[in-house]
Amino acid sequence: LRKNVEDFTGPRERSDLGFVTFDITADILNEKNGLQTFRNESTSIIFDWNVKQLFLYLSAEYSTKNNALNQVVLWDKIMLRGDNPRLSLKDMKSKYFFFDDGNGLKGNRNITLTLSWNVVPNAGILPLVTGSGHVSVPFPDTYETTKSY
Amino acid sequence: AAAAAAAAMLSLDFLDDVRRMNKRQLYYQVLNFGMIVSSALMIWKGLMVVTGSESPIVVVLSGSMEPAFHRGDLLFLTNRIEDPIRVGEIVVFRIEGREIPIVHRVLKIHEKQNGDIKFLTKGDNNAVDDRGLYKQGQHWLEKKDVVGRARGFVPYIGIVTILMNDYPKFKYAVLFLLGLFVLVHRE
Repeated sequence: LRKNVEDFTGPRERSDLGFVTFDITADILNEKNGLQTFRNESTSIIFDWNVKQLFLYLSAEYSTKNNALNQVVLWDKIMLRGDNPRLSLKDMKSKYFFFDDGNGLKGNRNITLTLSWNVVPNAGILPLVTGSGHVSVPFPDTYETTKSY
Repeated sequence: AAAAAAAAMLSLDFLDDVRRMNKRQLYYQVLNFGMIVSSALMIWKGLMVVTGSESPIVVVLSGSMEPAFHRGDLLFLTNRIEDPIRVGEIVVFRIEGREIPIVHRVLKIHEKQNGDIKFLTKGDNNAVDDRGLYKQGQHWLEKKDVVGRARGFVPYIGIVTILMNDYPKFKYAVLFLLGLFVLVHRE
């Protein structure tokens, strides 16, 4: 589950650059296949004996005139077995530049942010799991010309 | 002197054994060997068909994906066209003109309506994305650069391949011993 905070676009030569500030609140331990389980049922579903680590990433997905589907990873984190499975991050800036391929961020009303993770086992299959809960973020219609990021 | 004599005796015994095998047995051994090699090749080609990848099993060569993967880990790949490339996936790709495949994670994708996709990758353990690794003037990777997506892995086992590559004498020793074993083995 996550929440989000607003953002703005800035022009960089040709492509739109978006800035997103976000909060992440997630309880990875109790998420299974995207559905939240109740506390009194089994725990540690995600971090079982064969899980070495989780590679978490926050991705933004959206459509533009140029491209039917765009996905950009804004932030990622490696969560090792034994690390605190509850995330509570506030006011995070994106780790990676959110460039669009073109100018599709301006006025784009529907950017969906989702938290997903890659389960890395000690040996075996490498699944990608999407967390439950996603947030839709709109970008404003105008560019910000002065930026201090 | 006794040791030398004993060694000479042993090697003569060995040669006797070989001479005792008449021509038919020798041909049989060679055919057996041929069958083993063909079966291995067939299994490999079968894997290529099932997974859709030209190299369904690869060995991790660098530490750029630590702590998930280390040098010597073995990765199992698929490259099915029906599976679209999405962020977060671990792809094995080749840069045009280079032989060594690279194992990194997809960071950005831009896909057009007709399925044409261009994407950017980055190693988990690297500070920056892979643009610096791509060819001069190349900003994105495309489907054609992909060898496969990592779907499963087994740690450590690939170290043997790395050893054989880094120490050619080791490789020749292994091959020599294998050849010897197959030719001399009586079954």
